[in-house]
Amino acid sequence: MSLLTAERIKLFSTRAPWWCTALAIVASLGFAVVFVIFGGDEIPVTVSNTQTASSFGLTVILVLAVLAAATEYNWGTIRTTYQAVPKRAPALLAKAVVVSLWCGLVGLVIGFGSWGLGVLLKPDADLALNSAADWRAVAGQGLVFLFTGVLGVAVGMLLRSTALALAVTLVWTQLVEGLVFLIPGIGRDIYEWLPFFSAGQFIGGGLTASALNLGELPLGPLGYGAYYASICVILFVIGVVMNQVRDA
Amino acid sequence: MIEATGLTKRYGATVAVDNLSFKVNSGRVTGFLGPNGAGKSTTMRMILALDTPNAGTVSIDGKHYREIHHPLRTVGALLDATWRHPGRSARDHLRWMAVSNKIPVKRVDEVLHIVGLTSVAKKKAGGFSLGMLQRLGIATALLGDPQVLLFDEPVNGLDPEGILWIRQLMHALAAEGRTVFVSSHLLSEMAQTAQDLVVIGRGKLMYQGTVDEFVTRATNESVKVRSPHLPMLRMALAERDVPFEDLGDSLLVSEMDSDGVGELAFAAGVTLHELSPTRGSLEEAFLQLTGEAVEYHAESGK
Repeated sequence: MSLLTAERIKLFSTRAPWWCTALAIVASLGFAVVFVIFGGDEIPVTVSNTQTASSFGLTVILVLAVLAAATEYNWGTIRTTYQAVPKRAPALLAKAVVVSLWCGLVGLVIGFGSWGLGVLLKPDADLALNSAADWRAVAGQGLVFLFTGVLGVAVGMLLRSTALALAVTLVWTQLVEGLVFLIPGIGRDIYEWLPFFSAGQFIGGGLTASALNLGELPLGPLGYGAYYASICVILFVIGVVMNQVRDA
Repeated sequence: MIEATGLTKRYGATVAVDNLSFKVNSGRVTGFLGPNGAGKSTTMRMILALDTPNAGTVSIDGKHYREIHHPLRTVGALLDATWRHPGRSARDHLRWMAVSNKIPVKRVDEVLHIVGLTSVAKKKAGGFSLGMLQRLGIATALLGDPQVLLFDEPVNGLDPEGILWIRQLMHALAAEGRTVFVSSHLLSEMAQTAQDLVVIGRGKLMYQGTVDEFVTRATNESVKVRSPHLPMLRMALAERDVPFEDLGDSLLVSEMDSDGVGELAFAAGVTLHELSPTRGSLEEAFLQLTGEAVEYHAESGK
């Protein structure tokens, strides 16, 4: 418990997490408003479509989590942390728990916020949450953001440099996943297994899948959710093991 | 007490610490002395289990660092004053450390007061000068009121007043029965601060013992004598086979203390204008001892 408190103090005693949180929420909700207002007839206002801008928030929250871990290596505070907790793993676990819970909370705010704005702006549209898919689209953001928090901490712990970890994260989310799709022949098959595509399928990325004409996918939404969560947790476990073995 | 046995650390082909064994006793300030790159910091990191030795062990009061429960309460350390997040305030920095080892948060304000940072406690540590960072680092070391303290080059970046303050602080900590292990590359600083010394060069142990013994052993004592009757004094010294160096208007006598030279002069009826014991400089002695063991030489005359 004391380790969770220590990590909470660390997370909220610098500015970056607050800025990232504000940016993630404002940008996601802002885009959601624009989307709902200008959606028109071509893109119907559905529960799933209110969430289209959440991927923006997801990227920002990933940056938050990467920073929370990687800056510790940049500024040397990871060594102070290991001085306080020489077994290391409990401290790293506490960090992942605190960061991911916060990310999950932000995800819920964005999920329900985007949906709520849709309900407010288009009272006539059918935005009732009647199906499991509807609930996944809205409340599911909490889970996706939570595991993205774990992923960000893991990447920071593995790369141990703010600049490198941010570069890798941003290049991956902004470029790599999209470019893989374009590889002739095998591109599509790989694309179906990439992490952020998978997270999108859990939320209900009907728009992406149909627009890209992917056809039958290997996993269902729940399968994709479990797959994404496993990637995040496995990377984190590798990060913990590496940190236990390596000199700080 | 800190006890290292056969401590060895290699980085690729380089041996940073080579089969190093030493003991640091409680109730005394022990200086850890060596030129830059001798392996002092690496040794301290191994004491704190930040680095894993390739061979050998190091224990604190019989326990490996990783086995100590809430270690900040047993071992306080300042290894690098820049280990802080520049965007976090001094108080928050100490607060998370305190919480992690269940140290009461009121202790944070106490240590800030001890190191004189109370007025800037809520300021971001990114704007601190090196001297202020050293003080913050010392505050982190004192936080858990530990019995064992490690300081790596604590006077770096401090003004003379700060250096005096650290010296007095370390004396006070040792007087309370704590173990104080402080590294430095300056022997003159250690001679004023420490009672015991562990001297290393190129990762190897060069000396372990008291400062006084080290200084006596390493520096030759000699006596400078000035007299209007130098020829008579030369003869008297030569009769006794006492070696001396002729400096023109005076003699530099070695292997005989000032009492002996005075009595000899009296017996020979020689008037003395000056009789002063002199010592070779500490830095010279240190260089002599570790001369071959300096990692980075400045090439002179090229």
